[in-house]
Amino acid sequence: MQITKQEVEKVAKLARLALTEAETTGFSQQLNQIVDYVQKLKTFSTEGVEPTSTMPGQANVFRPDQVQASLSAEQALSNAPDAEAQCFRVPKIIQES
Amino acid sequence: MSLTLLHKFTLSELQRKFTAGDVTATEIVRAYFLRVTQVEPKVNAYLTQCKEAAFAQAERLDQALKGWRKTTPMMAMPLAVKDNICTEGVRTTCASRMLDRFVPPYDATVVAKLRAQNYLLLGKTNLDEFAMGSSTENSAFGVSRNPWNLQTVPGGSSGGSAVAVAADECVAALGSDTGGSIRQPAAFCGVVGLKPTYGRVSRYGLVAFASSLDQIGPITKDVMDAAILLGAIAGHDPRDSTSANVPVPDYLKALKRKDLKRLKVGVPAEYFADGLDSEVEQAVRTAIDGLRELGADIREIKLPTTDAAVATYYVIATAEASSNLARYDGVKFGLRAAESKDLLDMYLKTRAEGFGPEVKRRIMLGTYVLSAGYYEAYYGKAQAVRTLIRQEFEAAFQTVDLIVTPVTPTTAFKFGEKAQDPLQMYLSDIYTISANLAGLPAIALPCGFSKAGLPIGFQLIGRPFEEETLLRGAHAYEQATHWRTKRPAIR
Repeated sequence: MQITKQEVEKVAKLARLALTEAETTGFSQQLNQIVDYVQKLKTFSTEGVEPTSTMPGQANVFRPDQVQASLSAEQALSNAPDAEAQCFRVPKIIQES
Repeated sequence: MSLTLLHKFTLSELQRKFTAGDVTATEIVRAYFLRVTQVEPKVNAYLTQCKEAAFAQAERLDQALKGWRKTTPMMAMPLAVKDNICTEGVRTTCASRMLDRFVPPYDATVVAKLRAQNYLLLGKTNLDEFAMGSSTENSAFGVSRNPWNLQTVPGGSSGGSAVAVAADECVAALGSDTGGSIRQPAAFCGVVGLKPTYGRVSRYGLVAFASSLDQIGPITKDVMDAAILLGAIAGHDPRDSTSANVPVPDYLKALKRKDLKRLKVGVPAEYFADGLDSEVEQAVRTAIDGLRELGADIREIKLPTTDAAVATYYVIATAEASSNLARYDGVKFGLRAAESKDLLDMYLKTRAEGFGPEVKRRIMLGTYVLSAGYYEAYYGKAQAVRTLIRQEFEAAFQTVDLIVTPVTPTTAFKFGEKAQDPLQMYLSDIYTISANLAGLPAIALPCGFSKAGLPIGFQLIGRPFEEETLLRGAHAYEQATHWRTKRPAIR
């Protein structure tokens, strides 16, 4: 199986990564190599085997719906690249008509 | 007391000296920063040094302690913390341009626990970017160097923490382990590294890489120190829903027995197959003989799915990473690219500028295995194989109490040797990954040196929440051998 350059570009878009031409070429080669290696999983029979997504014994954890101490707005915004009026500022999303 | 000797003490020795009043907190800080000044230019373990804050804290402690010596165990103990563990007011970079100037407004739970005991934070240690790597070559801020040979890697991703301990630049350190990131650098640097059971230690404030695998643990000069530091950071935390509500035992009690009588130790043939360096194999087999001499009942066991571990890991870990690292979008914290024409453009550019090559590669692989059409074939399949790996360990632990294996296929490799070949780098984690996939505790400790003078370690793996058995086995071996007395010359 081959991961094409087009597929790498599609995955990069899904991952929100702008890749250079060199990166796209390099990654398609390396991803192919790694995915080839990963094919060995197919040689292990897993019919009827439950997937492990977390460790056994773990379940949803609930706590009472009570207000607890948390970061202040000022603290939460302290690392923001751009903030204004207790909000994170981002480039304009909605176009003016 | 002569300041030039202080840095050589283990954590337990330094605790005794401090509690007895033989040494002050200020003397400790002065001695350690003297040592850091001497060796740091050679090894580059730290990304951030907290010199001023450590001196201020030490003075406060010494003032408060005048005429009163009641102390908490970790009081004035000079520790280093891996730079993917949040420290309030101290920048936490994950060795990434993305978080170059990130100053957490809160402490990780492990840090809060140590702070409550008045420990001394000496600094934040280097790592592979976002803990992705096995050599620290993926750090955006330069490599750390192995104190035993400055031309070789210290291992990774907790390379800076292992170096800081091995080079006596701190008395002990915290690392994180997703696929071997505590144990592999500990083995490469000739120190002790413990990955606790998944859920044993709170991960709140650990910058997430692969959430079903990540675990924080100690890197120390000896096994007793690992027991002490684990005891200080373990326990349930309401802020981490994956932390287990299991009582924390007194780990030091586990060290009282000096023999291994009636302890059944399994040797999996799959861990001694092709690819294992003969010097490493020899040292590990000699260590197994040592365990037998201490009374352990050594048995052959089988873990046939071991061959699938690396493939399983690199599907699951990258899938989880691609999801966890989606948060670095230039909006709430971290880097934002300067010129962008709209929001999408800002995401694309920020992530392109902020992440290094290995992080991008893993995000790409993770996104690929989770994408429509491939999800079942890769991610679903890997999760099922993970179950097989877990069940094999469960079955093995029906007949043995511990499993003994190598930590790494080779001793520390040279810079650049594997940097151009991601798959070769991934394969260097082959013996450590399974413990993460199965959520098991595992410890790496020294068992010899190669002819070239590089440390060799071996690994003990235990049942979930049975760190005591691990520590007992490791401590008995350590005390019966002399490896812990060897220190690197650093030149």
